[in-house]
Amino acid sequence: MTPSRIEKDVNAWLDDHWNPDLSLEAWRKILVDGGWSTPHWPSAYFGRDFTLEQAAVVNRVFSERDIVPVAQTGPRRLAAETILSMGSDDQKARYLRPILTGEHAWCQLFSEPGSGSDLAGLSTRAEKIDGRWVINGQKVWNTSAHHADFGILVARTDWDLPKHQGISFFLIDMHQPGVEARPLKQMNGHASFNEVFMTDAEVAAEDLVGGEGNGWAVAKTTLSYERRLGGVSRTFGTVKGDRVGRVYEEYERELAIANEPYTWYPQRQGRVDLVMPRAEETGAIKDPAVRQEIARLICMQRGAALASAAAEAKRKSGSNELVPAGSIGKLAASVVARQAAHVHTMISGADAMRGGAESASNGMIAEVLISVPAISIAGGTDEIQRNIISERVLGMPKEERADTGPFRDIKRND
Amino acid sequence: MQTEFTEDQERFREVVAKFFQAKSQPPVVRALMVSEKGYDPAVWEQLCGEIGLTGIHLPEVYGGSGFGPVELGIVAEEMGRYLYCGPFLASSVMAGYALLAAGFESTKSSLLPDIAAGRTKAALVLDNLDSPARVGRSIVATDDVLTGEAQLVVDAQNADLLIVIAREDLNLMLYAVAVDKPGVTISAIEALDPTRKLAKVKFSNAETIKVGEVSPAALESLWDHICVALAHEMIGGAERLLDSTIDYTKMRYQFGRPIGSFQGLKHRCADLMMALEFAKAATHHAAFCLAAGEGEPYAASMAKAMAADTYIESAKEAIQMRGGIGFTWEEDTHLWYKRAKSSEVFMGTSAMHRERMMQKMESQ
Repeated sequence: MTPSRIEKDVNAWLDDHWNPDLSLEAWRKILVDGGWSTPHWPSAYFGRDFTLEQAAVVNRVFSERDIVPVAQTGPRRLAAETILSMGSDDQKARYLRPILTGEHAWCQLFSEPGSGSDLAGLSTRAEKIDGRWVINGQKVWNTSAHHADFGILVARTDWDLPKHQGISFFLIDMHQPGVEARPLKQMNGHASFNEVFMTDAEVAAEDLVGGEGNGWAVAKTTLSYERRLGGVSRTFGTVKGDRVGRVYEEYERELAIANEPYTWYPQRQGRVDLVMPRAEETGAIKDPAVRQEIARLICMQRGAALASAAAEAKRKSGSNELVPAGSIGKLAASVVARQAAHVHTMISGADAMRGGAESASNGMIAEVLISVPAISIAGGTDEIQRNIISERVLGMPKEERADTGPFRDIKRND
Repeated sequence: MQTEFTEDQERFREVVAKFFQAKSQPPVVRALMVSEKGYDPAVWEQLCGEIGLTGIHLPEVYGGSGFGPVELGIVAEEMGRYLYCGPFLASSVMAGYALLAAGFESTKSSLLPDIAAGRTKAALVLDNLDSPARVGRSIVATDDVLTGEAQLVVDAQNADLLIVIAREDLNLMLYAVAVDKPGVTISAIEALDPTRKLAKVKFSNAETIKVGEVSPAALESLWDHICVALAHEMIGGAERLLDSTIDYTKMRYQFGRPIGSFQGLKHRCADLMMALEFAKAATHHAAFCLAAGEGEPYAASMAKAMAADTYIESAKEAIQMRGGIGFTWEEDTHLWYKRAKSSEVFMGTSAMHRERMMQKMESQ
């Protein structure tokens, strides 16, 4: 189908069905059942078998007409894409539609206190008892878990196999007595994530995804989708101010709730945009030492942006040259953020002793200084990025492993 | 404005790289660096004639090939990678660009064709190599007679013609003088980097010809053009060092395993790789900006600072990661280390360039 034909079809459909006075849920049900919410999905599951390029045409029309899309917030799309590609027909039939319509919120139950960078070292236990899976263990860094209806969960089902082989992937109902989500307060005072405690929590046999012991492969599908989405920014946009209608009001509320935990995300990236205004307002722009550091910051930031553009151009031209854009970009973001925090500290001088809203730039400077450490950790630490760059791009040998053989014999955090 | 290399430019790079790979292997570099001239005239001839690089960046009306800073950058990058020894930077780049930026129309027509063809080897005499703001304090011209000295002139001992920036009253002017004229003394000096020859140039009432007028804008532009070519040379060298260092860490065994498997080395190599990617992108961008005459006015200084910092860091690490062998004369790494150190301060330290960036940003 040609782009102009798609554009014509989607516009005709929207002319007939789009109504901003509907409730958010009512509109999304129409949208999902009409097949225009995820047109790149198979036609058997709310899609139209479109290519990604064809789906982009639909997205463009939606964005031009300010059409409210299906639910995107939180980790629900990770769950949806994983179920779509690895789930059973029964799982797809039960779970996909309410994810898209926004009726069900989802969370991701992967990281554990004892397994951060080493996800496959997880030790949450899943045992089959009387035809049901019984789950015991703790998860951490779970976005939106406190208002999730379901979670995608990885847990260990076999302790005698090597670590990647004893893992299974489950869909767990969060509304049950054995599951407790608690907010996790961070060093900057915000609580954007949760800890989830599972004590004899239950999962029905039909909610195992991909078969027993295949959890690592399923989790990798989730993680690759997460990487494609881009991990650094988790905000979901806003509604344009001039839009009127019930669907917009409800959508705006949904976005505000979804964005609230992440108001500090721009600060963890260092707020480079505030550097020159702050340097001028404080007079620090005259200090030769500060000028050197500002110039260094500009070098890093421009260098990173130019390198990323060059890598993108190479990728598009189909070069086989290894372009480590993802890991370099991730590492670059943390180097830039740390330099920006360093410069903000120099500019503020003793004033950087202030915390909270009284700190410079309406509290933003203090928030930068206490939020920047997150950028070097979240979504894969700097050290993991350096391993990836050195091993996969520079071809340096892997470190010798100490985690082979049966999982129960591997030294780990208890 | 160009944002990536064209296919023609990529093919050109392959040809150039192949040439220097054939002509400038470490044993050749070592022989040349202890020789008086410091370059191989036969290779220079090929550079001028066969592959025609000496005028690559100069306009066709002045006998050049009519390409620009991007193609020159490609040449400089490959020269830097293979540590080419010869008066290319002094003659084609420095003197060539000086005439192009500040020469009178008539002198461009009379002098540039021979420089473009490599028939004349010129050298640019700057009485200061630290900052454009300090040029013109030591060499003074009165009625086209030069007095004063330049402490550090690249490849002056190999030049036939000196192009000189000197102060006349309050203005900077451009002069040309043949090396054998009375009152011109060129004395070779020992260079930290023996692959790039240095000399002191002294003028004692040397009669000369005025060939141009160096406005402040022309001097800034000249400085930018030289620095961008130099930055290319540096990223080529840095990349070569990183490649050879990584190869070394894969084959060197200690404690029963390749040292490249230790995170203590891997993480530093990853950081070097990232810094190099940034410096390369900034340097190529600076050439694209010069070629198009647009973009950030600080792009050249940004490139010079980033390339210099990356090159010297790669050189230090290249030695450190090799351990004892890295400090020996026999091992080749010191050849690049010395080029890195000397290029780091040539045409301004990174600190000078960062300050220059800020000033250009503020006057934007």
